[in-house]
Amino acid sequence: MHRDHPVTFPGRHTHGAQAVRPDGRRRALRIGLGGPVGSGKTATVAALCRTLRDEVAIGVVTNDIYTREDADFLLRNAVLPAERITAVETGACPHTAIRDDISANLEAVEELEEAAGPLDLVLVESGGDNLTATFSHGLVDAQVFVIDVAGGDDIPRKGGPGVTTADLLVVNKTDLAPYVGSDLGLMARDAKAQRGGLPVVFTALTRPGGVGPVADWVRGRLAAWRTGGTQ
Amino acid sequence: MQQPSCPPPPSRPAAAAALLVLADGRFPAGGHAHSGGAEAAVRAGRITGPDSLEDFCRGRLHTAGLVAAALAAAACAGLDPVELDAAADVRTPSPALRATARRLGRQLMRAARAVWPAPELAALAAARPRGAHQPVVLGAAARAAGLTPHDAALAAGYETVSGPATAVVRLLGLDPFRATAVLARLGGELDEVAGRAVAAAGRAATGGTGELPAASAPLLEITAEAHAAWPTRLFAS
Ligand SMILES: Nc1nc2c(ncn2[C@@H]2O[C@H](COP(=O)(O)OP(=O)(O)OP(=O)(O)O)[C@@H](O)[C@H]2O)c(=O)[nH]1
Ligand SMILES: [Mg+2]
Repeated sequence: MHRDHPVTFPGRHTHGAQAVRPDGRRRALRIGLGGPVGSGKTATVAALCRTLRDEVAIGVVTNDIYTREDADFLLRNAVLPAERITAVETGACPHTAIRDDISANLEAVEELEEAAGPLDLVLVESGGDNLTATFSHGLVDAQVFVIDVAGGDDIPRKGGPGVTTADLLVVNKTDLAPYVGSDLGLMARDAKAQRGGLPVVFTALTRPGGVGPVADWVRGRLAAWRTGGTQ
Repeated sequence: MQQPSCPPPPSRPAAAAALLVLADGRFPAGGHAHSGGAEAAVRAGRITGPDSLEDFCRGRLHTAGLVAAALAAAACAGLDPVELDAAADVRTPSPALRATARRLGRQLMRAARAVWPAPELAALAAARPRGAHQPVVLGAAARAAGLTPHDAALAAGYETVSGPATAVVRLLGLDPFRATAVLARLGGELDEVAGRAVAAAGRAATGGTGELPAASAPLLEITAEAHAAWPTRLFAS
């Protein structure tokens, strides 16, 4: 998979992702969350909203595969007002909508910013997919790949673009590790080997404050974004 | 087709290859999430295999396809796209399909402006910020790419059958070779529809948008309304 080096940002984003809006304001930082079905993407989005919503204005775009399940979950749990959450339909191909043809997601992000803005942060949740699904750099500024310990502790070793290149790898459901026989130490070593210096965090979202490490990483990206950087 | 009353395209590079780019199913303009009514037809049991897919596509080609092709040809020939947009509106009774056409038009506009930047595209985007009807944008994009009205008609007509065919491969697990063979078999009819569309666009250049075809497929309009209200579906339309 090809990746542009971050220093080329933001000049290459010319169609919907310009960092500065027509009104001169810096647009919201866009963070994508991808990963296999059921790994905890929506749970991460919900926990991030609860943790960060008093610090920054957040919007969420979900990419459900054939329902509005994720958007409805976020609405039911009242993590954000309804006008801050929108759903994109992906025609049975969730990875197409976040990578090969990002036009519907770009529309959704922009409409959200227009209707509910100004926003500081837009979280784009991908539909659950496979280990090769990554976000286009034309859609998001940074991406988080969420896997879980129950999917098998060999996932980091298997690698794939999500595991190896995401800006943050989240290994979720560590609370389940003893029950599914997953070796967290092995997962950490394999992830480090696959990702070089890129960060990895382990979470148990079911525990109070479980999203803390992800929230801290998002805060770091937000601070960099505000001052014009991307890291 | 080049009508004296229409302005010439802003630039005319040798552009035949641009048609391949514009008509490529992977052109990033949102089409992949739409089934062109095929999802509703599959659910209702009207599409069950290659033969019924061919019937469905043939019906769509000669109705919605002809209208789309004529609108695209007219926009490519340089007729006023805002007027054509109104003509598309009155030819689309279903509010759900009008919303879909505008949404897809807006997505196509984004892609087209990135690929073939042109003042005329920018002007249409400004005149219709919520999106013009997709076939009108398609024609304007073809014009910006230096294509002919006939090219635009072919691209618009092809899209009205390739969308459902791709969707049915996903919905029914239909053999992709047989689905593609359906598209090939419809090729002659597509050529013929494109020819009629270009002729109508030529008449519209002097006689106004009333000369454009207004063929409709009532069942597509009705099922689109129902589909838009389904709680669970794979395709946006
Ligand atoms: N035990 C445990 N369960 C979790 C944790 N995080 C999420 N879950 C549960 O895992 C299930 C799936 O979580 P979601 O957040 O819906 O997963 P997702 O990745 O959004 O799923 P899709 O969108 O369907 O791909 C839910 O029942 C969550 O409550 C965790 O840290 N520990
Ligand atoms: Mg989810």
